[in-house]
Amino acid sequence: MNEAAARTPARPAEPAAFDVDVMRREFPVLSRRVHGHPLAYLDNGASSQAPRAVIEAVDDYARSHHANVHRGVHTLSEEATARYEGARDRVARWLNAASRTEIVFTRGTTEAVNLVAQSHARPRLRTGDEVLITHLEHHANIVPWQMVCEQTGAKLVVAPIDSRGEVDPEAVEALMGPKTRLFACAHVSNALGTVLPVERLVASARARGIATLVDGAQAIPHSRVDVRALGCDFYAFSGHKMFAPTGIGVLYGRESMLERMPPWQGGGDMILTVSFERTTYNSLPYKFEAGTPNIVGAVGLGAAIDFLDSIDLRGAHAHETALLEHAHAALAPIAGLRLIGTARRKASLVSFVIDGVHPHDLGTVLDQDGIAIRTGHHCAMPVMDFFGVPATARASFAFYNTFEEIDRLAVSLERARRLFGGDVG
Amino acid sequence: MELKDLYRDVILDHNRTPRNFGPLEGASANAAGSNPLCGDRLTLHLRIAGDRIDDVRFEGHGCAISTASASLMTEAIKGRTRDEALALFDRVHALLTDDAAAPDESLGKLAALSGVREFPARVKCASLCWHTLATALKSSVPESIPAVSTE
Ligand SMILES: Cc1ncc(COP(=O)(O)O)c(C=O)c1O
Repeated sequence: MNEAAARTPARPAEPAAFDVDVMRREFPVLSRRVHGHPLAYLDNGASSQAPRAVIEAVDDYARSHHANVHRGVHTLSEEATARYEGARDRVARWLNAASRTEIVFTRGTTEAVNLVAQSHARPRLRTGDEVLITHLEHHANIVPWQMVCEQTGAKLVVAPIDSRGEVDPEAVEALMGPKTRLFACAHVSNALGTVLPVERLVASARARGIATLVDGAQAIPHSRVDVRALGCDFYAFSGHKMFAPTGIGVLYGRESMLERMPPWQGGGDMILTVSFERTTYNSLPYKFEAGTPNIVGAVGLGAAIDFLDSIDLRGAHAHETALLEHAHAALAPIAGLRLIGTARRKASLVSFVIDGVHPHDLGTVLDQDGIAIRTGHHCAMPVMDFFGVPATARASFAFYNTFEEIDRLAVSLERARRLFGGDVG
Repeated sequence: MELKDLYRDVILDHNRTPRNFGPLEGASANAAGSNPLCGDRLTLHLRIAGDRIDDVRFEGHGCAISTASASLMTEAIKGRTRDEALALFDRVHALLTDDAAAPDESLGKLAALSGVREFPARVKCASLCWHTLATALKSSVPESIPAVSTE
């Protein structure tokens, strides 16, 4: 190698092509065993696992940099503030927000939706106004709207789903009327996997002057989201579903919307000046971040975004799609198994029931084989009612899952079916 | 901790063919119970004459543990007095939760539920019917359907 070449500054490395075995080594928990079997973690829709990079960022922060943010001139406080605000910058860039001031840290999706319900919707809604959601929402995108409707006399309107678990945009648009003030929907359904046509729905709502919130909790781990291209007013998600710690999430809000909203909670950090006569509020986004925030959570979230930036995300998402196809093929031969949610555009998860076997029992049997899935109503009781089931079993995949884990799932399900069914059918 | 300790043959049998399942003519007390976590729902019908449970049936849907537990319970309490039934609840509760509980001969078939203790997430499934029974027995207005939840 000649000298000139040696001095050439390294270009940012192209991420290595996706390789699931290499990827798995980045996630320490994946090498543990459960009940004597290698863990097959298929509950990523509930919460995903953290890569070494996130664990180490959190550890480094706790060991060397922790102090309160925005309030000290000492070194540690400055370092902590730089890391916390650095995480905000990463989120803003990751989402392609127009400005870092549009990124409000919250505890998660739930708190983000509640913030919008109470701070945006509550002061604006009048008796007879309408809030429009869909039938497949998570309770986090139902209950906050019900509460604000009760407080204001507004009405909650629910757009239908069909037997595949799809949302027909025309049916939603038909419900966007002169009284509709806000439209809120999931980007991806957690109970069914349905990917909603959010681009069209948001555009339709905007064209009618309706404010929009997209619940991105299940979309953000599986796709790159561009909030400006999407055009929504609000976008909410949770860190713990995208390989970051729990207790940290994000509300993206269009600046012109956030500006007009009153603070949600009062306290430190959200003020400029306080006297007993009058308080002036801090600027965006601090107006919405009362009290000491989850600094270490934000550090972890920033590290998770850096991690996602460093991998072959396209390859990772292609792998997830292949996992979904493999799962559909692997589960098809199981007698009495019915998929709940068969949308044509679907995220990488399968929700299902098996005749004669309650999902809860499936969960226990699979756990004994080291396989973690979610069973229950998935905080989407209206979806369960729609499909006439009390609960489903759900296997939800991340890019670190393997075909072999899905094969193990199928074997275990067959075993459970025999155990409870007495092998009829 | 073995799967067959939880899903003993008695449990699998009572899950597949629950006893005393369905509505009850002339019920004098009813109660509904639910376990929102897993979506189990159960309605218990009792016909009480004087102090004695003359007949008992249940309806609803649930996992194998909750269905079998309800089925076994109906067999165990039929013909007993209120106090006897509630005392049985205490003994079943100890069986489900107390690692130090000595084997209790008087439990009969209900002893098949002892494996549940090793699966803490499932204790609520097994106890749902008993909590529902306690509510039914204590309800002073026999025809009302108070709801209980094990969440
Ligand atoms: C679609 C959807 N919305 C909202 C939530 C709530 O997220 P969190 O509990 O992190 O606030 C979830 C998580 O289960 C979800 O899947």
